[in-house]
Amino acid sequence: MLSPADLDTLWLTFKVASLATILLLLIGTPLAWWLARTPSSAKGFINALVSLPLVLPPTVLGFYLLILMGPNGALGKITTTLGLGTLSFTFAGLVIASVLYSLPFVVQPLQTAFNGIAQQTLEAAATLRASPINTFFTVVLPMSRPGFLTASILGFTHTVGEFGVVLMIGGNIPDKTRVVSVQIYNHVEALEYTQAHWLAGCLLAFSFTVLLILYTVLKTPPQVQQLK
Amino acid sequence: MPTLPARFQLAYDDFNLDVNLQLPSTGVTVFFGPSGSGKTTLLRCIAGLEKAPLGYFEINGQCWQDSTNDLFVPTYQRNLGYVFQEANLFPHLTVLGNLQFGLKRQTPNTVSPTELQDIIELLGIGHLLTRKPERLSGGEKQRVAIARAVLLKPDILLMDEPLAALDQLRKQEILPFLIHLHQHLSIPILYVTHSPQEVAQLADTLVVMETGKVIALGGLTETFNRIDLSFAQDKAASSVWQVTLINHETDYHLSCVAIDKNLLSLPLIAADIGTKLRIQIYARDVSITLAAPTATSILNRLPAVIKAVNNTDNGQCTVSLTVGKQALLAHITQKSAQQLGLTADLAVYVQIKGSSLLR
Repeated sequence: MLSPADLDTLWLTFKVASLATILLLLIGTPLAWWLARTPSSAKGFINALVSLPLVLPPTVLGFYLLILMGPNGALGKITTTLGLGTLSFTFAGLVIASVLYSLPFVVQPLQTAFNGIAQQTLEAAATLRASPINTFFTVVLPMSRPGFLTASILGFTHTVGEFGVVLMIGGNIPDKTRVVSVQIYNHVEALEYTQAHWLAGCLLAFSFTVLLILYTVLKTPPQVQQLK
Repeated sequence: MPTLPARFQLAYDDFNLDVNLQLPSTGVTVFFGPSGSGKTTLLRCIAGLEKAPLGYFEINGQCWQDSTNDLFVPTYQRNLGYVFQEANLFPHLTVLGNLQFGLKRQTPNTVSPTELQDIIELLGIGHLLTRKPERLSGGEKQRVAIARAVLLKPDILLMDEPLAALDQLRKQEILPFLIHLHQHLSIPILYVTHSPQEVAQLADTLVVMETGKVIALGGLTETFNRIDLSFAQDKAASSVWQVTLINHETDYHLSCVAIDKNLLSLPLIAADIGTKLRIQIYARDVSITLAAPTATSILNRLPAVIKAVNNTDNGQCTVSLTVGKQALLAHITQKSAQQLGLTADLAVYVQIKGSSLLR
């Protein structure tokens, strides 16, 4: 059975993933809109940057974040000045790392959804008295609903599955940074295979259910080619 | 009559738009020209969908663009209606939702429920209100798009090839609605097309464009019947006349119409005496004789004067004539033209084998 400590890690994982998903949607939506519409030549550069976590080993991303958030890092200096201390080995640091790590999984489905909206549809809205902001909220968002569902689910599940980044910047602190994937690793290290089975089984069931919903109910499967 | 000043200059890599127009403030002004002639770009400039670096447009005392004073009113703040080639309905809204989209955002909202009902009836979309756009035919979609634009009581209605994406059958389904609409609205309608048939049926004023410039502007009959424009070269070239119905000969199933001092017989027209009508006479249905034809089965024989004879391909030629004050085009063979010795200023007779009622 799941021990209280295991349940704690499940709850913490849920918190990290939910918060990260909300932040991802808030950051990813304007970013994806900009990427889908801009004629700017910076588009390729930004696209490559956003997609980096797809190909980069999580430990590499985690290593750089550790440096950045540490007492001598740029971000660390800012947070220390603000009296927040350093973000490494904290819940906040974990959430920030998760956002960066899962960014492409949110931006790309949104970008695809936004690309699918014809310029003329937006122009039609303008000729019907809708300001650009109003058009975004009343035409673009409702028309991109499947994209948002895919982006939220992929962002959430991908955050749940992170391991390398967490180990690098979050460590293994109970109730603060110890998420499910790390707990499974702990159990295996301690040869507690039964416990590991329970947690691993939970994640397996969760991931499969989510994908089943994506493929059957929503009928908008995430495109692997489009992601990678 | 007040006019709408429209001046725009805009340059792309391989295209220059340069127009300076005084557009009529009533009726349908049709912009005709081949693709790439700049007619759509001009319409987009008027709507503010395209921002010409140099531009001026004013309507009902409101200036929408004045580049010399850095004034550019964004599209959503211009009181206009725009119909695109594609209907561009919002797929997440029902037909009614699409109709109300603009109304909800328009201030002040001056459209009463009766007026909404009127427009819905005028375009025959009452039975579609609860449907989503995906369940409409192309013609139905376009009718909803037209209703959606007209409902806002715009100061001007801009239509960019609204029939071009439809097949012939759907075109014939929508044209009567457009003619009705035109009689229903007192605002200027600017209509872009590359179809001479739509020009003949809809235009009050005709603007002919080529490579970003206006090459002819004038009333439909003066401009459409000109021999120097592309209309005359078309295999289906025709002339359009504005006539008045003067009596019916029900026994013969004919109606008599007058144009200037000349009379024409047409197949019986179901309209009241005195109605103004627009008829179309195909150039291939006009033949020319030197003497007044007597023993002929053709009813419509009129005296005419030749203005010009232009040879075209395949041994054909286009003859431009005046009948009274009206211009008329005839397509005949070069051989006949030579045998008859047709030249400018020659007085002749034309026989009109058939004509069709446009509206």
